[in-house]
Amino acid sequence: MDAPDLPVDCQNLVRDLSLYLDGELSPRRRAEIEQHLATCANCHAVVDTVRKTIQLYQDLPQPKLSPAARERLYRALALNEFLPPTK
Amino acid sequence: LLGRLRAGDKTACAECIELHSPAVYRLALRLTRDEAEAEDVVQETFFNAFKGIDRFDGRSALSTWLYRIAHNAALMRLRKVKPEAMSIEDEALSDDGGLVPRQLFDWCCLPEQDFDTDEARAELERAIGELPERLRAVFTLRELEGLSTEETATALDLSPEAVKTRLHRARLWLRERLSTYFTELAHAHED
Repeated sequence: MDAPDLPVDCQNLVRDLSLYLDGELSPRRRAEIEQHLATCANCHAVVDTVRKTIQLYQDLPQPKLSPAARERLYRALALNEFLPPTK
Repeated sequence: LLGRLRAGDKTACAECIELHSPAVYRLALRLTRDEAEAEDVVQETFFNAFKGIDRFDGRSALSTWLYRIAHNAALMRLRKVKPEAMSIEDEALSDDGGLVPRQLFDWCCLPEQDFDTDEARAELERAIGELPERLRAVFTLRELEGLSTEETATALDLSPEAVKTRLHRARLWLRERLSTYFTELAHAHED
């Protein structure tokens, strides 16, 4: 599905895809997209995998400032006497 | 808290750090991709915030203002350490950058255990690390930190429209990049 081969309906769907996922489309345009998705396996795959991509990133463990780095931060800001105990 | 910060109350500074340093660190680490650099960005952010607290006009949330300081600090470092990377990014953004989906295998329904591996998580980290910085900052704040379009626009000094465009590009770019890995994984199951 290279750019020149992409059917116009699919090009339009890709253009509006984020607005669709974020619920920012008019009800009419949303209905058009859903109708297209019901018949276009390629666009369905793109929407599914964009959703999955976002979910995978949201599920990643969140990096945390180490206790030593937190202590260095307080010291650098001359706040070491206000350093709360590590939770 | 703001009033006490303006009055130079050090207990308030500690409260502010406790409240906001985890998110500032996550943004700094996503941008710099280096723990020591991210730690320096966090220090710089709170140093500049406490020093310049009188310049904070309160029109945005304090957290948004801190993200803005952290983003600027991280960018300054990136430009100093990797100026060539920033110009390569400009080039990368000028092509279609994944805006035209080419990988069309629907890998979203692979068994959950395929996503829950160290290898898959490393692939996700590699992919977001390769995402051009301008897209990465928007993706991080919108998708990972849960900021609204308007808050992200304020934090990154962009228009809301630019935030939407960059988020769209980031989503498609990451999807395309991850599709290579997960499609190969799906085909390996078939073999």
